[in-house]
Amino acid sequence: MSGLRLTEGSRGLAASVAVEGAPLTRTQVPYVTGSSVLGMKCADGVVIACDTMASYGTLARFKSLSRMHQVSPNCILGVGGDYSDFQQLQTMVDAEMTAQYVANDGLTLSPKAIHSFLARHMYHRRCKVDPLWNTVIVAGFDKGEGVLSLVDLFGTAFSSDVLATGFGLHLGLPLLRNAHRPDITVAEAKGVLEDILKVLFYRDARTNDVVQLASVTAAGVEIGKMTKLKTEWGYKSFVEGARVGDDSSW
Amino acid sequence: MTSIGTGYDLSTTTYSPDGRVFQIEYAQKAIENSGTAIGVSCKDGVVMAVEKVVVSKMLVPGTMRRAHLVDHHSGVVISGLISDGRQLATRARDECSSYKSVYDSPIPGHVLAERLANFAHVYTLYAYVRPFGCAALLGAHDDINGYQLYLVEPSGVSYRYFGAAVGKGKQAAKTALEKLDFKTLTCREAVKELAKIIVDVHDETKDKLYELEMCWVCEESKNKSQLVPQDLVDEARKAAEAAQDDDSDMDDDE
Repeated sequence: MSGLRLTEGSRGLAASVAVEGAPLTRTQVPYVTGSSVLGMKCADGVVIACDTMASYGTLARFKSLSRMHQVSPNCILGVGGDYSDFQQLQTMVDAEMTAQYVANDGLTLSPKAIHSFLARHMYHRRCKVDPLWNTVIVAGFDKGEGVLSLVDLFGTAFSSDVLATGFGLHLGLPLLRNAHRPDITVAEAKGVLEDILKVLFYRDARTNDVVQLASVTAAGVEIGKMTKLKTEWGYKSFVEGARVGDDSSW
Repeated sequence: MTSIGTGYDLSTTTYSPDGRVFQIEYAQKAIENSGTAIGVSCKDGVVMAVEKVVVSKMLVPGTMRRAHLVDHHSGVVISGLISDGRQLATRARDECSSYKSVYDSPIPGHVLAERLANFAHVYTLYAYVRPFGCAALLGAHDDINGYQLYLVEPSGVSYRYFGAAVGKGKQAAKTALEKLDFKTLTCREAVKELAKIIVDVHDETKDKLYELEMCWVCEESKNKSQLVPQDLVDEARKAAEAAQDDDSDMDDDE
């Protein structure tokens, strides 16, 4: 769970409660949270992956929630952080896409534009000290090229060949960097991402083993079914502990 | 007070002695001066067409549209003042998005029609506003009621129709619409029929140039609102014009 706190305060005070003499505070703590999202840009498209759990604090509250959202025929989001804020983001982005549809002027929002739209909104909210508690990965395919960008709750926005959020930032990103090649294919990258999801499932307690992979290529968006990871718990170091004698399991 | 009028026609807040609100009737007159708009609700969808009189040869084709999409599943075509119509279309879009944000489902056709009619009605209640100088044909699809066609008038009424016509040529258009069999008519056929009606009621002597705009929500468009593809419209219009030429040739022979 994202442990970031902008101010000290108990959960009871978190939601828009004016305490006598204290400045008004808004939601400063996420409640139901999703963990990591991974992304890799490939020669023929982009792949993103995430698990399907939403935790209520440390409780594994929801175990088959999709954390992906298709925005347009060539753009999807993968979102970690507060799940209700993610739903709010979906509503917002969908409304924007509807406005584009009814304008009927032949123009569509590119993945880059969608990323910018989200970044503007996230930055706006952070400036109101009322952020949407998410890290969003935008994956798209435009003009023959993959687009892989990120925006976080501060409105920080950038693009990269490999991206990871949440716990994946620590455990997944080095693996992603090692595995990435400019000529890596979508099919190959899916395997890599699945392996990293497995690593995350072993080590990140806010993760489950039901995962979703999605790709955006010239053929469009393909959001895969939720699938169960094949895991192996019989490794010697898992069973006996890596450093026998010091009571550690790693 | 000038010599014309009886003093009961300046405000919507005053009835005439025989119970009429003249400003609303004048608003309807504004529509009767405008290009004809017609719509049909048929077997596999709803199709609307409007004759857009072109005010100058130098206008870029497609500018100042009279057919507007308001949501993924609904669209309006406007007869009357273009700018008033745009206001109605914008309001319709707002209603669609607000319904969606509250109920997380697309607004049903009858709700949208009622809300639009309420909006128009408010403009008949106060002395400091004028009623809308336009009528909107609203085509929509929802899972419960299927394809629907409504006509929203400046008086604030809206009715659901199988076939409706407003504007300059509405009388002739209505007569032509009554001959159609809405139960068996498909949208593809309706496009041709509507083009034919618009071409027939178009008054060549008064407005030479006009564009034909069409909008549909149908099975073919996967229940999405769409401007009817331009090639279909052009084809239908060309066929209608050719048929009309043939007819007039025959008339000449007689």
